[in-house]
Parts: sequence; C-alpha cells; structure tokens
Amino acid sequence: MKLGFSPEEELFRQECADWLNGQMAGEFRDIKGITKLTGSPERRKEWEQQLAEHRWSCIGWPSQWGGRDATLAQQVIFAEEYARAGVPGRVNHIGIELAGPTILTFGTEEQKQRFLPGIAGGKTIFCQGFSEPNAGSDLASVRTKARLEGGEWVVNGQKIWTSLAHISDWIFVVTRTEEGSQGPKGLTFLMMPIDQPGIEIRGIRQINGDAEFNETFFTDARCPADSLIGAVGDGWRIAMGLLAFERGVSTLGQQMGFRNELDEIIAAAKANGAANDPLVRQRLAKAEVGLRLMRYGALRMLSQTDHAKIDGAALTYKIQWASWRRSLGELAMDVLGQGGEISDHAEYEWDTLPNLFLFSRADTIYGGTNQIQRNLIAERGLGLPREPRGNA
Amino acid sequence: MEFAFTDEQQMIAETARSFFAENATSERTRKAMAGDGVDRALWQAFCQELGLSGIGLPESAGGAGLGMVELAIIAEAAGAQVAALPMLSSLVQAAQAIAAGGDAEQQDQWLPRLISGEVIGGYFYGADIQSDGDRLTGGSRFVAHGASADMFVVTDMRQVWIVSANAPGVSVTSQTSMDQTRPLAHVQLDNVTGERLGDPAAALAAVHRAAFIATAAEALGGAQACLDRTVDYSKERIQFGRPIGSFQAYKHRLADMMIEIEQARSAVYWAACAVDEGAEEAEMAIHAAKSFATDTFFRCAGDMIQLHGGIGFTWEHDAHLYFKRARALQTMLGTNVWHREKIATMILGEAA
Repeated sequence: MKLGFSPEEELFRQECADWLNGQMAGEFRDIKGITKLTGSPERRKEWEQQLAEHRWSCIGWPSQWGGRDATLAQQVIFAEEYARAGVPGRVNHIGIELAGPTILTFGTEEQKQRFLPGIAGGKTIFCQGFSEPNAGSDLASVRTKARLEGGEWVVNGQKIWTSLAHISDWIFVVTRTEEGSQGPKGLTFLMMPIDQPGIEIRGIRQINGDAEFNETFFTDARCPADSLIGAVGDGWRIAMGLLAFERGVSTLGQQMGFRNELDEIIAAAKANGAANDPLVRQRLAKAEVGLRLMRYGALRMLSQTDHAKIDGAALTYKIQWASWRRSLGELAMDVLGQGGEISDHAEYEWDTLPNLFLFSRADTIYGGTNQIQRNLIAERGLGLPREPRGNA
Repeated sequence: MEFAFTDEQQMIAETARSFFAENATSERTRKAMAGDGVDRALWQAFCQELGLSGIGLPESAGGAGLGMVELAIIAEAAGAQVAALPMLSSLVQAAQAIAAGGDAEQQDQWLPRLISGEVIGGYFYGADIQSDGDRLTGGSRFVAHGASADMFVVTDMRQVWIVSANAPGVSVTSQTSMDQTRPLAHVQLDNVTGERLGDPAAALAAVHRAAFIATAAEALGGAQACLDRTVDYSKERIQFGRPIGSFQAYKHRLADMMIEIEQARSAVYWAACAVDEGAEEAEMAIHAAKSFATDTFFRCAGDMIQLHGGIGFTWEHDAHLYFKRARALQTMLGTNVWHREKIATMILGEAA
C-alpha cells in the first residue's frame, strides 16, 4: 500500500505542469482562473483546439484517435495539474469523457472515423440529452420519440438540464423508438447535429443567476439513419455503459477546485477573525479532513484492480463529495457573515464563495440525487431488496 | 497508484479476520467482561500462536517489523469482534514507547515479554505527576486494562518512565467501567521509583502515532461490524409482511453508515501509510483518522441499536458492546474536539 505516484509518473506530472503553466502564462492567460462553465465560451473552444494540437485533449484515448494511450495514473495526474494550473474546466468534457469513449466502445468503424477526429480535435462540442421533465431520477421513463422516415430519424420531444447545449455542436439523445414500450426497453441512442430547424434551445436561469443548463426542444428534428450507436432498442445499455465511463479520473482534478474553494474560505476566516471562533475552527478542520479523505477515497477507487468487484469507495464517492461541497458552501456563508449576502457586481452575479453556496445545492441533485445514491448504495453495496417499481 | 493492500497485507488481513472471528466470540468476550476484561486464552493464542503480536515493532527487539498499515489491519480485525484484549495498552502504547525511546537494555528486558504476552503492559499520562528525580507521585483514574497490567509506562508529557506494577508505592484499583471489554483502573503512584526512557520525545511521538492509528483502525472494524450485523438483521426481520431492510427509511440509514465507513477506511489507511512513508501530512492524518473513525464508529453503533429495535437495547444482544466501546474510543487519547483543534491549528494557526 502506497500513497503516492512513481518517479516516472512524477516526471510526467512535471511535463504536464510545465506545458499547462506555460499556456496559462502565455497565449491563453486571459482564460486563467475562470471558474464558471459559461465564461468566455469562444476562447474556451479555441483552448480545446490548442489542447488537441499538442495532443493533450484526450490523453486516455488510443493514440490512433489523437490520444496518448495514457495510463489511469497519468490521466489522474493530468487532471490534477490541469486544475492546479488554474485552467478553466473543459467545455468539451462531455465529448471527451462520455461521447468519445462511447463511440470507441460501441460505435462502428465508420462512426469512429466520422466523429472521433472532431471530438479529439476540439472542433465537435457534445452535450448530453438524457433527462426530461418527467424523467429525472427515473431516467428510464423517457418519452422523447424517434421514428425512421425516409432514411432519417425524426425526433419529437423535450430534454432538460442539457448542460452547455447552447455552445455545443452535437447532442446524444436517448429516445423511445418502440411505440408503447416502457422503462428501459424500446430505447435507442442517437447522435444529432444541433444546428437545425427542429432543435430549439432555451437557457434555464438557475438560483445563482447563471444559465449553464438548458431545455432542448425537438420538433421533427432529424438525423441520418446511421446516427444510432448500437442497435435499435439498445439505448439503455449504451446509456448505462456511457455513465460507467465517468469512473473518477476527473475527480482528482475536480478536488483541486475544491481545494481552492476551501483555501479561499480559510483565507477569509483568517482575514475577518472567524478563524478565532472555536466552532468555526472545528468545522474548518472537518472540511479539511473531508477533502483529504475524498482524495484517498479516490485513490483507493482508482487503485482497485479488480473492477468486477463492487468497490465501496466508488459507490459512495458521488454522495460524499456532493454533500461535502454543499456543507462547504454553508460554512463559507457562516464565515463571510452578512458580507456574503451582497455582491460587488451590478448584475446578479456572485464571486466564488457565495456562488459556491448557491451552486452547490445542485451538486446533491445532478448525476443522481443523494436519495438515489442511497438507494444504489443500499441495493448494490449492501444487497438490500430493490425499491418496488410502480406501474408507470 | 497502489493505494490498496499488497498480497501480503491481504493475507495478514484474512488471517487476522478469521482468527478473531473464530476465537473472539461473544460468549468468550462476555466471560472476560465479568472478570478483568482480558480473555487470557485469546491473548495467549494471539501472542504465541498467530505470530502477529510483534507487528509494528522492530525485529531487533523480537518484533515482526512491518509497519502501521499492518498494525492497523490487526487492530481493525480485533475491533470487528470487540475482542477483550490488552492490545492497545500493551503492544501499541507500552511496547511502542520502549521501542522508540528506550535503550537496548530496556528493550531487551521488556519487548520480548510484551510481544509474547508473558507481560501485560499499561500506559498512562498523569496530569498531576510530580517527579523528584525518578521518584514519581501522582496517577490517573483512567488507565485502560490497568488492573491487568504487570508494568506501566508513565508520562507527564515531558519524561517517560517504566514502573513495575508490584513496585512499592503502586496502588491499582479497578473501576466499574462502562466499556467492560477495556475496563479502566485507578493507578496511584506514591513516591515510586521509575526507570526513565532515554528519548522521551521519540517515545511519546511513537505512542501517539501508533495509538491514534490503532484506535482508529479498531473503530473502523467495529463500525463495519455494526453495519454488517444490521444488514443481516434487516434481511431476516419481517414486519408489515416484508423484510425491514426493504423500507427506504431503513435502507438510507444503512447507506449513510456505509458512506461514513468508507471514509473512515480511507482515513485509517491514509494515516497508517503516511506514517510508514514518513510523509509530511502524517501529523494531520493521525488526528484525522482518530477523530473521524471513532465518530463514525459511535454513529454506526448508535444506529445499530436503533435499527434493531427493542432487541438492540438488551444486554443479551452485542450491540451495546460496540456502542460502549465506540463511546470510550471517542474520548480516550484526547477528545475528538481536541484532535480537530490540532488540525485547525495546522491550517489556521493558533486562535488569537
């Protein structure tokens, strides 16, 4: 059992850090430190292309498709150094982490040729069309319909919470292709171009005033017949396979962002005297410990070699970080006092800590609510009886 | 990334787990609880037959080498059964103090006998200890397994001494203790001659590191046992015509236990690994592990009682053994509020 990385891996870390820091001090210094996903979208698309040009856009992919065949450890290291260098989040996260691996695993050779170069090259930005107004936690109850008509799929319905749809080029959509089917049966996984008359995107203003999520409406939207991944009716299997790709490589990078947030709270507490309050000290100590445990939980999860075994650290990770971060937001406001209630901006816009407080309410909802996580932990981790299903 | 057990560590874990599961049974533990809180046959078997009692102690002094990760593995397995053993006071505290701070002669004199189980060691900090040279006066009312100890390692947090339990001026009185698997004793020294350890700072640092890790690991094992036993019960117990484990209110509480326990596991092995590797963050990790894992244990033990309903409140059921052990662990070796304040000082500096 070891805590750290090998000397070779540390060399790789240095290589990553050198390149990223060079970029953030040079051509792309204007985007350094942006934390909102919606900030400077055009420059961030250029940044995606810059990453690709230097072969850093999808290091975990096979080299044949623009990757570096990077090991899991190397991917973790890159994610850490990426965040440490203050580089803003990837606007093509969905393309690189989800769409690409899905196509690599389930797509045809022709689909790989068609999509992968664009994704790897930072030219095809993807977003995800899973949730619907009536299919949130109960994802399998999607109603968006697709039918084959004249060599094309024709899609009607609505998706919601489509993060960054307004700056994306493509969307993958779980659709119901079998009339009268229910639940996970009769679903098909389609890739659709967004720029077409049948697709309309409307931003959803969130509690922090920002609009990162969207509603996406499909009215006779079209894509070619060969736009499906897997077979007709195979959509649920593909969608679940896709979710499994989100296996925590990016989590250690994400934690660097959490580190910055906690450091900012610590600095604020020292500056305004809250750091002398014994109760605040206890809570900051707990927050610090929680963050460290997240790191070692992630390392346990990534060190697990037997992936067939259900790993407790992996199963509990989502609810752990989401709950931690929501509490961190509350702690931030307690440290800031009434200063946290006012903004220096004329618009309804918030600096890092008040924004953390507001945005973190979403953390315990998206990607499976805390309640759904507890169901999964109880059923998969502890082997308890499944929730009874209604007759939807 | 290799933050996972090696094959050897996995083997030690399996050996220790099955040893305690087979031998540290509820029946035997209860027999020990009615006496001095030591299952002597179990202690003998552990020290002499299993060959794991020297773990974390130098081979030069009859120890088995290896490190804190392996020590944590053993403590976790013992904790899972709330085994009634003087492992903490004898092997972790007394032996670690002598191994780190004693000279060769002291090590030769004590370590082999502590490791073989021939001698049971006790350890305490006496806040009121007055030392006149090496003549000690003072004591503690909270000496774990003190009534079973043949010798004590005593400290005033500046110096560390070895005191024989039968030296003139030593009086030991058992206390009626809430946790009968690790009963406390009042040990009073009245002008007793102690044998000073040459390097008290090293001794105290070693005791703290090892004891924080061992208590945290013990708590981890205990917490996991509370969860496992409650899960088993929830699948068998039928109410309203279905297993109670199928109710969401019940499942979610079990899920919350697992979420805490997985973090406690990360805490314990982070701390153990950090100490073994001499990592800079070891100092924070040991305080984090002790406070996080023992709080987790208490929460899980409390939930175990609640989720068992009435039977969980009976003397007959083992839930109270875990509950009481958990409560004792939260307070001993510094309250968890104290441990977190140590961490707060590391990240914030001293409070003004």
